[in-house]
Amino acid sequence: MGIKKPFLSEEALRAGYGINAIPEGVAPDILLETLSEEVSQKGFIVTQLDKVAAWAQAGSLWPMTFGLACCAIEMMQTAAARYDLDRFGVVFRPSPRQADLMIVAGTLTNKMAAPLRKVYDQMAEPRYVISMGSCANGGGYYHYSYSVTRGCDRIVPVDVYVPGCPPTAEALLYGILQLQRKIQREKHFSRC
Amino acid sequence: MEIQKELENLGTLIAEEIGTDILSWTVAYNELMMTVERQSIVRVVTYLRDSESFHFDQLMDVCGVDYLGREPRFEVVYNLLSLSHNRRLRLKVEVEEGMPVPSVTSVYSSADWWEREVFDLYGIPFEDHPDLRRILTDYGFEGHPLRKDFPLTGYVEVRYDEEQKRVVYEPVKLPQAFRTFDFESPWEGMGVAAQTLRPKDERGGG
Repeated sequence: MGIKKPFLSEEALRAGYGINAIPEGVAPDILLETLSEEVSQKGFIVTQLDKVAAWAQAGSLWPMTFGLACCAIEMMQTAAARYDLDRFGVVFRPSPRQADLMIVAGTLTNKMAAPLRKVYDQMAEPRYVISMGSCANGGGYYHYSYSVTRGCDRIVPVDVYVPGCPPTAEALLYGILQLQRKIQREKHFSRC
Repeated sequence: MEIQKELENLGTLIAEEIGTDILSWTVAYNELMMTVERQSIVRVVTYLRDSESFHFDQLMDVCGVDYLGREPRFEVVYNLLSLSHNRRLRLKVEVEEGMPVPSVTSVYSSADWWEREVFDLYGIPFEDHPDLRRILTDYGFEGHPLRKDFPLTGYVEVRYDEEQKRVVYEPVKLPQAFRTFDFESPWEGMGVAAQTLRPKDERGGG
């Protein structure tokens, strides 16, 4: 049973791109094809529990609907038809208890800081935070304001910072993919 | 020009009807503006709303202004709209620091939150307001941030304290001091960069 190789130019193949050169768990389609080949030829798969857990976690990141300002508009775009976060298993949830990712999308004010932390504390572990836009990264335009928190990392631990004012939908998408990568490299089990 | 005339006629009419409670009035940029005696603002506004000939039935906005260094220091501005006559009118009340302004919530219920906002940001108290609390700033906030003598960065900043497990307030510490750029200056403005970045042939000479 032959597998379809992705189209690559001669040059790319010579440079070592292709199925053998694909890094761990980045291209789901190709990974799936390799996997099905292994199953059809050998009848079983050997893997590590760690990797399966990481794969499952990265493949179903559920962010909380938490828009604070104009960045939320771009966040909606990322979730909408064109960029379609659903295809990465990213589905927005209305409750922090069902979510494992918080996208801080917008200006975090001092008044909102305590509620933000409260919501973060309500999320189940393992939980991740993406700081989206200049305001959430470090205060941005409002850095010297009397009412704005200078970066949401003063309140919650941040995994990925997405720069921009506001970041484009692609930028946020890239940030989410980076986070998936980070999750896949994590170790979930350790020997005592 | 026609509008100008029309507004001047309207101003004269209102000033005649209301009398000495209108301290002064003027038409500028095709807008009619009147300064009203502080104590009688409720009476004036009620009259303007109820009289058939003016019928300013909507209050669009209430704002505060801080003229630091002037006496009296503050102004409260009311923007009125008459839908039936398609006219707008701006009323101003001058007020000194700490002096209360009679609330117009009994006339226009929409004034409630706007007066709270003016109180919050400028510290102008309103008499007979049903619920005069802060509306925008943080809980327990001190000072009135839109006053000209309020420092831009304020007095406190927040941080999550890992030991106390809560968000704590601390005095402001700025690692990067506030900088203002003088863009007109030939020494530090954009002009220098623009000159050096311009293509060679535009600079002349070479």
